[in-house]
Amino acid sequence: MTAASSAAASGAQAVATNGRQARVARLTVRGIVLVYLGLLLVLPVAMVFVRAFEGGIGPVLQAISRPAFQSAFMLTVTITAITVPVCTFFGVITALAIARRRFPGRSILNSLVDLPFALSPVVIGLSLFLVYGSNSPIGEFLANNGITVIFALPGMVLATIFVCLPFVIREVVPVLREIGTDQEEAAYTLGAGSIRTFMRVTLPAIRWGILYGVILTVARSLGEFGAVAIVSGKISGKTITLTTHVQERYEAFDIVGAYTASIVLATMALLVLFGMQLYQSGRLSRKGSSEEEPQGLLLGPVPAAGTNSQGGA
Amino acid sequence: MSARPLRRPGAIGSYDGRGLLGPGLAALYLGLIVMIPIAVLFWQSLGQGLDSFIAAVTSPQALGALKLTFAASFIVLIINAVMGTLVAWVLVRDEFPGKRIIEALIDLPFALPTIVTGLTLLALYGPRSPFGINIAYQQVSILIALLFVTLPFMVRSVQPVLLELDRDMEEAAASLGASPFTVIRRVVLPNLAPAILTGGALGFARCMGEFGSVVLISGNIPLKTEVSSVYIKGLIEGDQPDAAAAVSIVLLVVSLVLLTVFDIVRRRISRHSEAT
Repeated sequence: MTAASSAAASGAQAVATNGRQARVARLTVRGIVLVYLGLLLVLPVAMVFVRAFEGGIGPVLQAISRPAFQSAFMLTVTITAITVPVCTFFGVITALAIARRRFPGRSILNSLVDLPFALSPVVIGLSLFLVYGSNSPIGEFLANNGITVIFALPGMVLATIFVCLPFVIREVVPVLREIGTDQEEAAYTLGAGSIRTFMRVTLPAIRWGILYGVILTVARSLGEFGAVAIVSGKISGKTITLTTHVQERYEAFDIVGAYTASIVLATMALLVLFGMQLYQSGRLSRKGSSEEEPQGLLLGPVPAAGTNSQGGA
Repeated sequence: MSARPLRRPGAIGSYDGRGLLGPGLAALYLGLIVMIPIAVLFWQSLGQGLDSFIAAVTSPQALGALKLTFAASFIVLIINAVMGTLVAWVLVRDEFPGKRIIEALIDLPFALPTIVTGLTLLALYGPRSPFGINIAYQQVSILIALLFVTLPFMVRSVQPVLLELDRDMEEAAASLGASPFTVIRRVVLPNLAPAILTGGALGFARCMGEFGSVVLISGNIPLKTEVSSVYIKGLIEGDQPDAAAAVSIVLLVVSLVLLTVFDIVRRRISRHSEAT
């Protein structure tokens, strides 16, 4: 009796110690993580804003009003405005080919999509420089026909498309696989053409994946530096983007100019981040609601449709 | 039997039909944008023969840059495996005011242009550091820059797995007398290992090629703080495209081989944990 109660008491004590230890451990881990993130992420970014506004808002406005800044800003916006539609359109087509079609070379295509992630931006810039530069046959041919790619807008757009290529594809392919082909098949069976099926069935299902891919593409297009720096030639007032402008100003010891361009880019990045957050919280609520909706609206209670469609393919 | 489609899907249709326009456009897109440039890169690296390729990649400066890049990427991988997992843990298992802001900030390195990253780190840890910590032009500055840009890879790959991890398993282990340390080592970590490897591989590939965030803060001192991508850029600007292509190919092949190794190890581990 006494032995049992003392055992119970020591057990309770052990639980209490464990609880206290767990609390201490949790607070320690939290502390380590917050200090780490503070030193690595928060303070540096805050510092840029502090440094930019050190001399008040006057120098910042002055730096923004300079033609060099404005032409760099316009060039970055132009590159983004060309890159995003191209990457989205061809990205969706490529995602459909990878997720929905069987054709020779599909797995090669699939691994090529990931290649830009494994490549240094400098290497990407170099490869485009080698293809379209003045020393190559293609570059020479294009130059003879009055088209300059390297040290001009086309090269910078190509470099940006190259680095942004995986985003839309990698966001859309998993969604296509997840939704399966049942509804598309049903639409076909009911007589819808392929374009109509895509517009009415597939596109609504993948639109959030496309949107997230577009957000990532916008962020990368605005911020790409290495690949664009190689192919741009940094011609003052002509091929300097906002990111190369930062480097150019920094190297010219115009610290305010460099920090001003940086805070413009950082503000755009924070907006993108906000968009990503909206998307993430939206996705959670969408997931929650879609679970309540009946699955396979078009197909209804057809049993084991998945196995049938696989057998038919 | 399912009913046969009444009509064969045409052109770019999404249903798996026979039209080759979609795959054709996809192949054209990837071919023009990715494949041809990379093929030309390979071709150019051997343009002056194998001897000059070997000479280009074994010059002391090239070897120094490649070794530094590899070592820095490896150290960053180890630190990320620990810190990234801890960050993910706090985001999933801890509750405190302001957690949502931290959660949102994790993706900041994805959104922030790399050159701005370099400048931000320079503002805090450069010559005018408010803390008096000046690490600019030292090797450790490369690590800081790489840790910044790769943080989201590890956190975002471990976090969802941790979120779905069945807590019953941990509670069962604890109620059977396992200490918290044993629970983490024997229950939590084996389940997280594949995700840690995935995040690590993505981060490692990024480190091997990172340029913008490193170029301002490292000072690019040959044999000391000059990473491969900066060295390649120097070769391009010094009008040595063949040597630049050669070093690029080594960097590319090393990255791809390591990514493959990571993938094989990850598959082994997942299969092992599924079997047990």
